[in-house]
Amino acid sequence: MAEKTMTEIQEEIIEEFGIFDDWLDKYNYLIDLSKSLPIIDAKFKTPEFLIEGCQSSVWLKTEMVDGKVVFTADSDAIITKGIIALLVRVMSHRQPEEILDTDLYFIDRIGLKENLSPTRSNGLVSMIRQMKLYALAYQAKSKQK
Amino acid sequence: MALDINKIRNDFPILKQMVHNRPLVYFDNAATTQKPVKVIESMDRIYRETNSNIHRGVHHLSDLTTRHFEEARETIRKFINARHDHEIIFTPGTTAGINLVAFSFGEKYVRQGDEIIISAIEHHSNIVPWQMLCERKGAKLKIIPINDHGELLMDQYEMLFSSETRLVALTHVANSIGTINPVKKMIETAHRHEVPVLIDGAQAVQHGRVDVQDLDADFYIFSGHKMYGPTGIGVLYGKEAILDELPPYQTGGEMVDQVSFEKTTFNRLPFKFEAGTPNYIGGIGLAAAADYLQETGLDEIAAREKDLLEYGNKRLAEIGGLHLFGEAGNKISIMSFILDDIHPYDAGMIIDKYGIAVRTGNHCAQPFMERFGIRGTIRASLVFYNTHQEIDLLCEAVEKVKQMFN
Repeated sequence: MAEKTMTEIQEEIIEEFGIFDDWLDKYNYLIDLSKSLPIIDAKFKTPEFLIEGCQSSVWLKTEMVDGKVVFTADSDAIITKGIIALLVRVMSHRQPEEILDTDLYFIDRIGLKENLSPTRSNGLVSMIRQMKLYALAYQAKSKQK
Repeated sequence: MALDINKIRNDFPILKQMVHNRPLVYFDNAATTQKPVKVIESMDRIYRETNSNIHRGVHHLSDLTTRHFEEARETIRKFINARHDHEIIFTPGTTAGINLVAFSFGEKYVRQGDEIIISAIEHHSNIVPWQMLCERKGAKLKIIPINDHGELLMDQYEMLFSSETRLVALTHVANSIGTINPVKKMIETAHRHEVPVLIDGAQAVQHGRVDVQDLDADFYIFSGHKMYGPTGIGVLYGKEAILDELPPYQTGGEMVDQVSFEKTTFNRLPFKFEAGTPNYIGGIGLAAAADYLQETGLDEIAAREKDLLEYGNKRLAEIGGLHLFGEAGNKISIMSFILDDIHPYDAGMIIDKYGIAVRTGNHCAQPFMERFGIRGTIRASLVFYNTHQEIDLLCEAVEKVKQMFN
């Protein structure tokens, strides 16, 4: 079976969230998801990996494994962590090109856009930017070879 | 006489709306307050009927608007009982006012090795301008410490004075936890050491009577938008004798007397400090807000807010795992709290779903948060248009938060 594309995974998530009719179920699901996220090793929870938001903090670790970008991330806030779990599911283990070329639209579509608004300042917007920058850096590096 | 809460809530059109299908509960008043119809209409009227730039034209509309603006100055003078109109400088807000003094006072009086005293519960806007000034001049900041209730330590305060102390810059009411500082006594202490005092009144003027002559404050600074007035307007009160001595901050039109390419002389107070076209519509709106507060009665407002604080403290204390910060004996109706093992951001997101507006985070007071070893709190700041029922709704939302995250 061919691997799913980022767009296909986004559609999957949108379908999953489609069964929730109120915010409470949605947020409870995010809380569950937050528990599923592989916890970032404490030794990586250092300023080097920290993306500071005014409201919550995010740690992001990036590696290149077999030509694919692998993201591990964590947050001190549960809701932020739940959304990170979704982002990792969509964006991790991808070739840099796909990360750079794919439009990220699922957060908006599952009704969690408010979590990306600048006033929330929870580190998520910076994290997505950072993920794409890493992908760009890896892409540039592989072209040099 | 107790306030008629139904009438008061009717004065604020924004309070009638639904948020996330629930009636809005607005508990973010320390960030900004809502506006009564009287304020909204006062500004609308100017735009519709008399708008013209002030102090510049001889034409009819300019004359009318200038008069309204200068009447607004007089209204503000009365509101804080300043001696003269020209001691009232309109600024864009508290931050701008503090920066003005940090620059102009700093240029005139602060030299290398001098000292400025501030407190441990200041808003960033009453920390950073002094830090920058100290950096420019090679001066030093000294900090009045607090106790676990969030009250300033008076004996330590007295000990901070030296022959190098040039200014005390102090908040009247702490934005993060609501402590009301004994500013009158603290000004007296500073004056005994012949040091002038700047008071940040941004969280004070809307909660009770302020009399700058009685306090004997040298500078008293506040914002319009936190006292039911418009954004982008604020007031710097300064004693005439001091303001007269200070050099101007920003320069341009209106603040000058004679300009030639060789030399410029400056206009008299208050215009010396109001470069460019001032926010005259904001000033007129602010005066309407001051009128509204006077008509409603600042003593009645203070009494109602005290009752809300007592009820809120009592209800929140009943919730297990909830810790209130800032239990000063004398404080305004701000309740700042954390929940065991729950991040303020998570709590804030759920509380928002209940249609309740609270602030989460460090409230622009990071040094304060560090003092208590916390990253942030959930802050409910209540004013006289809030109700007991709204506090009950907050408690319900907090219980839900606990259930979801524990």
